[in-house]
Amino acid sequence: MTTLDLTPRPEAGAGPTLVLRHARFEVTQLLRNGEQLLLTLVIPIVLLVLMAKVQIIDLAPSGGLDFLVPGIFCLAVLSTAFTGQAIGTGFERRYGVLKRLGSTPLTRTQLLAGKSLAVLMVEVGQVVVLGLVALALGWRPTHPSYLAAVLFLVVGTIAFASLGLLMAGTLRAEVTLAAANLVYVLLLLGGGIVVPTNKFPASVAHVLEWLPSSALATGLRSALTGGGLAGHALLVMLIWAVVGFAAAARFFRWE
Amino acid sequence: MESPAVEVIDLVVRYGSTTAVDGLSMTAPLGAVTAVLGPNGAGKTSTMETAEGYRQPSGGFVRVLGRDPHDARGPDAAALRARVGVMLQEGGVAGAVPAGEILRYTAGLYAHPLDAAGLEARLGIDGVRRTPFRRLSGGEQQRVKLALAVIGRPELVFLDEPTAGLDPQARHATWQLIRDLRAAGVSVVLTTHFMDEAEALADHVVIIDRGVAVAAGAPDELTARDAENSLRFRGPGGLDLAQLLMALPERIRAVEETPGSYRIEGHIDAQLLATVTAWCAANDVMPEGLAVERRSLEDVFLALTGRELRA
Repeated sequence: MTTLDLTPRPEAGAGPTLVLRHARFEVTQLLRNGEQLLLTLVIPIVLLVLMAKVQIIDLAPSGGLDFLVPGIFCLAVLSTAFTGQAIGTGFERRYGVLKRLGSTPLTRTQLLAGKSLAVLMVEVGQVVVLGLVALALGWRPTHPSYLAAVLFLVVGTIAFASLGLLMAGTLRAEVTLAAANLVYVLLLLGGGIVVPTNKFPASVAHVLEWLPSSALATGLRSALTGGGLAGHALLVMLIWAVVGFAAAARFFRWE
Repeated sequence: MESPAVEVIDLVVRYGSTTAVDGLSMTAPLGAVTAVLGPNGAGKTSTMETAEGYRQPSGGFVRVLGRDPHDARGPDAAALRARVGVMLQEGGVAGAVPAGEILRYTAGLYAHPLDAAGLEARLGIDGVRRTPFRRLSGGEQQRVKLALAVIGRPELVFLDEPTAGLDPQARHATWQLIRDLRAAGVSVVLTTHFMDEAEALADHVVIIDRGVAVAAGAPDELTARDAENSLRFRGPGGLDLAQLLMALPERIRAVEETPGSYRIEGHIDAQLLATVTAWCAANDVMPEGLAVERRSLEDVFLALTGRELRA
């Protein structure tokens, strides 16, 4: 029989270590989860290739790949930060995972920091893979402002992750599962991601442009096609991020 | 003087209009195994969860290792939470994560954790390291959850029904770990429905019913508290117990539990034993398996909490 020294020696691990460990744990879980991979990589790649090669919607007037590729990056953020976090956290809450973690030295702040780091790590992977596919399809960014693009990705991530956690922390896990997927599809089609909003009637288009996905996609398009920092889109994005974060902090229920 | 591991005074826990705990007081001594017993809905889990810091008391107060457990939710939380290990009764682990991975991740949250592989071997879960948690048997899940509670080398562990659903081997491994924890100076507070478990493990037993503690003490003290015990023997079925009772003092009860199996209850002393055997001899009955037994913890428990089934 193995000897185990059970003598008490309680001490929490160092804060930054805990955040890193949690991020690594979440990324491992994400990579293992088949549905999650479908959402984070397979669907965006299929859409990118399909819409670039088959003319489902005529994107030429909107800029072709210059329109499509930033939209796909936006979809990557939507899938990981919003849908993935909403579903994952919803079930963690339902299974009492968050409750049990509440008895370990991992604080809630560290847990959220770890989750955010995991989301950013996955997004970096998505942008690299999707970017390479786009380059292979002939996409070339023109006078890109990478700083503006990164700013939009970060603010967009905060906004979508907050909205995902708001959903996960207030609804039942099954409702979250259905609603998060529904929102994903609706924003994909009507949120300025792969379908230009000007394909909709003007009155509808004006409303659609205030969606977080439209703002993120518009900001990325501007940043990657020489338009620099899109001020109005950034403002919309910031409003979603601030309101979403405040609402999540206010209404999230851990159990 | 050192604070006890857990001190609960006049605790009240309400959920809306339901009162789950209604003025409960109990103490779990430091370095001991304390078993909390009670029927379903008696308030065991509510009391545990308040001590674990999950619930705010509606009234009364709770101290864990001399601290307000609710501090475990506030700043300076990590240090206090590292000192206390918790095994929840329900849930707590995502189904898709392999058992070994969740244990190693949890170990990584502490500065000086136990060796995960050694703990797995000790609990007999080293063979399911790569198996997703949801595919484990109920007993394996229980042992993984126990491992999660102790991996950080805590001073105090709360175990809510640690052996529910375990086969005898797994139960034995769990008991041995609890004994070893105690020997290493860890305070253990556990709830259980198994009286033999409390008798085998606990230094201190608290019986809870309808939200209050109705008895507390060492198992020996509880079973010896009044002088009642019982005398059992087997013989031919249908003996005339009414005739036997006439030869015995008042307040002694006699029943034929199953045909040919007899139990006499009350204050059994040597004189009474002699009277019973003499009566048997006079009736030409050989009392087989004759035994005088002290009340079990189960007898005490049922006497205090009643025999009727609770919803």
